[in-house]
Amino acid sequence: MSVDKDTVRRIAKLARLAVPEERLEPMARELNGIFQWVEMLGEVKVEGVPPLTSVVAQKLKWRKDEVTDGGNADALMANAPGGEDHFFTVPKVVE
Amino acid sequence: MKTIKGSSGEWDIVIGMEVHAQVLSNAKLFSGASTAFGAAPNSQVSFVDAGMPGMLPVINEKCIEQAVRTGLGLKARINLRSVFDRKNYFYPDLPSGYQISQYKDPIVGEGEVTIDLKSGESITVGIERLHLEQDAGKSLHDQHPDTSFVDLNRAGVALMEIVTKPHMRSPEEAAAFLKKLRAIVRYLGTCDGNMDEGSMRADVNVSVCRAGGYEKFRADGSFKHLGTRCEIKNVNSVRFIAQAVEYEARRQVEILEEGGTVRQETRLFDARAGETRSMRGKEEAHDYRYFPDPDLLPLELEQAWVDAIAASLPELPDEKRARFIAQGLSPYDASVLVSERELADYYEELAQGVDAKAAANWLNNEILGRLNKAGLAITECPVPAAANNAIIRMTADGTISGKIAKDLLDIVWTEGGDPEAVVETRGLRQVTDTGAIDAAIEVVIAANPGKVEEVKHKPKLAGWFVGQVMRETGGKANPAAVNAALKARLNLPDEG
Amino acid sequence: MPGSSSNDLTAMTLAGARDALKARKISSRELTAAFIAAIEAGRGLNAFVTETAEVALLMADASDKRLAAGEAGALEGLPLAIKDLFCTKGTRTTAASKILGDFVPPYESTVTQNLWNAGAVMLGKTNLDEFAMGSSNETSFFGPVVNPWRAKDSNMNLVPGGSSGGSSAAVAADLCLAATGTDTGGSIRQPAAVTGTVGLKPTYGRCSRYGIVAFASSLDQAGPMTKTVRDAAILLASMASVDPKDSTSVDLPVPDYESVLEGGVKGLRVGIPKEYRIEGIPADVAALWDKAADWLKAQGAEIVEVSLPHTKYALPTYYIVAPAEASSNLARYDGVRFGYRAAHPRDITDLYERSRGEGFGAEVQRRILIGTYVLSAGYYDAYYARAQRLRTLIKRDFDAAFETCDVLLTPSTPGPAFGLGAKTSDPLEMYLQDVFTVTVNLAGLPGISVPGGLTESGLPLGLQLIGKAFDEGTLLRAAQAVETAADFRAKPAKWWAA
Repeated sequence: MSVDKDTVRRIAKLARLAVPEERLEPMARELNGIFQWVEMLGEVKVEGVPPLTSVVAQKLKWRKDEVTDGGNADALMANAPGGEDHFFTVPKVVE
Repeated sequence: MKTIKGSSGEWDIVIGMEVHAQVLSNAKLFSGASTAFGAAPNSQVSFVDAGMPGMLPVINEKCIEQAVRTGLGLKARINLRSVFDRKNYFYPDLPSGYQISQYKDPIVGEGEVTIDLKSGESITVGIERLHLEQDAGKSLHDQHPDTSFVDLNRAGVALMEIVTKPHMRSPEEAAAFLKKLRAIVRYLGTCDGNMDEGSMRADVNVSVCRAGGYEKFRADGSFKHLGTRCEIKNVNSVRFIAQAVEYEARRQVEILEEGGTVRQETRLFDARAGETRSMRGKEEAHDYRYFPDPDLLPLELEQAWVDAIAASLPELPDEKRARFIAQGLSPYDASVLVSERELADYYEELAQGVDAKAAANWLNNEILGRLNKAGLAITECPVPAAANNAIIRMTADGTISGKIAKDLLDIVWTEGGDPEAVVETRGLRQVTDTGAIDAAIEVVIAANPGKVEEVKHKPKLAGWFVGQVMRETGGKANPAAVNAALKARLNLPDEG
Repeated sequence: MPGSSSNDLTAMTLAGARDALKARKISSRELTAAFIAAIEAGRGLNAFVTETAEVALLMADASDKRLAAGEAGALEGLPLAIKDLFCTKGTRTTAASKILGDFVPPYESTVTQNLWNAGAVMLGKTNLDEFAMGSSNETSFFGPVVNPWRAKDSNMNLVPGGSSGGSSAAVAADLCLAATGTDTGGSIRQPAAVTGTVGLKPTYGRCSRYGIVAFASSLDQAGPMTKTVRDAAILLASMASVDPKDSTSVDLPVPDYESVLEGGVKGLRVGIPKEYRIEGIPADVAALWDKAADWLKAQGAEIVEVSLPHTKYALPTYYIVAPAEASSNLARYDGVRFGYRAAHPRDITDLYERSRGEGFGAEVQRRILIGTYVLSAGYYDAYYARAQRLRTLIKRDFDAAFETCDVLLTPSTPGPAFGLGAKTSDPLEMYLQDVFTVTVNLAGLPGISVPGGLTESGLPLGLQLIGKAFDEGTLLRAAQAVETAADFRAKPAKWWAA
């Protein structure tokens, strides 16, 4: 795979990362270096090999249906930039 | 033929739905915060729900159980192994920047729901799948010109996403499906189905195609026979579903008949205007970059555990409906009664030991009418089912007449009390004593000599006499006995 | 010990200090004060992001009370440094990033809570590569950490390894008794190796990840960074626990690791994976590896050659899986609920893009872009899905190898510490630092680095031992044997205490 600066722009958008215009080309080059290297994985025969869903060989733990958390809006909001009346605030979102 | 008429011919409407039903549980899907509705902002949010650094999800066993229970109610395949995936996108009410959902391996597979239409026809709507996922928080966009406010109380509440196959053909079917689904989850106790509180929301997919296309699709399963579909998001009432589908289908037919093409897009239903509108800014296709959530392991269920849940299911609407029909109710009446579990339960108590049809009629004609007028739900009925049962019994065994029964209901409705006691204290017992009836007849005859003459030529006037005698007895006389006695006394011919 | 010099106190091991405290030969306050002074004097190393001297003394005093009352916990009164990736309640936690701003966690990570429950004292939060992404501690928003070690006759600043560079430097420079680190691709073992200290990454799931700023969820694991193998055994025993708050934390009781250390290695089968003998490996690295095999053999171990055929695919596999998971884990850093928020955002998209664009450093951004790309539509199967299959193959390699041996012996790194700025021009060159360590994370196994010797230029080299899942006991026993044979006593000259 090979990326150009338009692709980098698109991916940055998807990741909500502002990449300055002048960094797009150099970033594309850096990424391409890495992607080229990663291509070697294509050599390996993986038919019939299941993906490793987890290195942990145990069953998913289930929690009891009890209210054990929440109820502390102050602690929740303590680190919030902005915030008003226990609501988080962001620039108006237009639907 | 289920089609709508366009200017150039008939069109099939094809409808599919994705319903998001909030799971009834004390705590959220992956955190221990409460799910109670209506709390102060951000007061029911764990640090896990808020996507704080280092926080991790731990699954709530009750939510798993509720999903399986619902799947069983949908006669669906329960997948003993399913996987949680992250659905990645940015939005202020999605604190982690991803929603934990299920993509390729949902907990429940294919199932079906039967819906009974007014025409008496029953259709089967296929269910594609049901999966568990987190609900998002709530954003308020209309409180301030420049600021949106975010409340995460709802973030992380368990949702069941139920996806149907495109098996609905009309606004009526769509509405009926949603009603039925709502009834099923309420029967099961897995979701309260409160669409106005947002605990059940529907996204409706609508497309149209030339008549005949739908049959072809059902035959070979190929979507190429169907038209381009539009998704109407977040329809929050059964009534709006029908309106939205109606509007959208006609909109699409109009476009196509003018030679245009329907653009695949997401739309909103504007209830006030009764129209669907395109959603601004949602044109970009989302790339959700699904991948299995590495903070969780695959969900594995034991068949024995699933079987235990299956054994504990309450009687579902379809079974109850079949039982009511076997007891003598019409399919339509039975459908109406089972549409709400509370109504069905009320009916059953009311119908104990009396004729089913009589009980259903009483409920429909006397109770539901009064409730509707007063804006009350069956659970708020001032007269307990057992009291109605008593009234029906007393009517059936002749203790009171049909007319007195209605008066009795009025009394008990407004003043309460035990119907049997009221009958005694107010002397409402039906008069069958022939002596009393004869005496009342003599009173009426004596007071109306003219009419006595008339009736000899106009036998139909006998009805007037019956009414008068009934009045004379304070409505308590048995009408059949009055009729018989009058005929004998006035020498009226039998009319059969 | 009356009249102990500060130096004597800070040079102690965890085990030595523990015994001295128990015997009331020294107090926790003395010990803590000595480290506080050392940290102050050692600011030139930039090993700490936050120093918590006041809190430390309060904790020390409380420990002294408990020690006097005979109620000592396993780590009572022992001053430790905590990698600034562990959320510590009430103490700023940064992940060495601008984007966390002045975030003060309202909660404690399970691992650090375990330490405080055991009576340990917190000296401060150590520096690291931003979001644990790096192998040299050069990507930190708070500036690079300097390795206390310098090459012979040189005063060039060297890197302490990464991402746990602050922790490794602090341990090597006697600024703490021991430290915690995290390891996703080698971030405990590699810095330990280049600073002449011990670094242990336990089996995935042994330590809870709750409250640790997540980098790559299926690879991250907390572990001890110490002066000796015994110290690592002691510290791990307190760090590890069964945690219901982490679904990937394993339901196994924590053994008494210290008690099995002296078991020796007679009859132990030590595997030497042939694929680790890579081309271009420096001669002294290879030589030390061979010497270590001889040491173990001399102590009765059996040396076995094994094969891990998919070794060369491990690094590229890691550089797909880790960035993919990171791209998703780091989506929560958006300026909305905590941390850095860009000034005067035009709209919500601008708020996201600029907060993240201004808040994340270059390496983090690079990895987020890589991760976003490999998960995106059209690429998932060819890259992420394929990489997950390669993980299965890599794990199977280890499973097969462990049929014929009990532990594996490899070099920890392809070379000693390098100069600051020496490898920052090409990301790939930096990534290659983890060539011997990433396999272990991909397979979820435990691994430890033990100082083996010095290069010609006087810089430390480490030896890595890899064990079976949840077999830290055998791993530590073998590591103890290596440590005993290596008899590594060198310490860096204190050039930084001006």
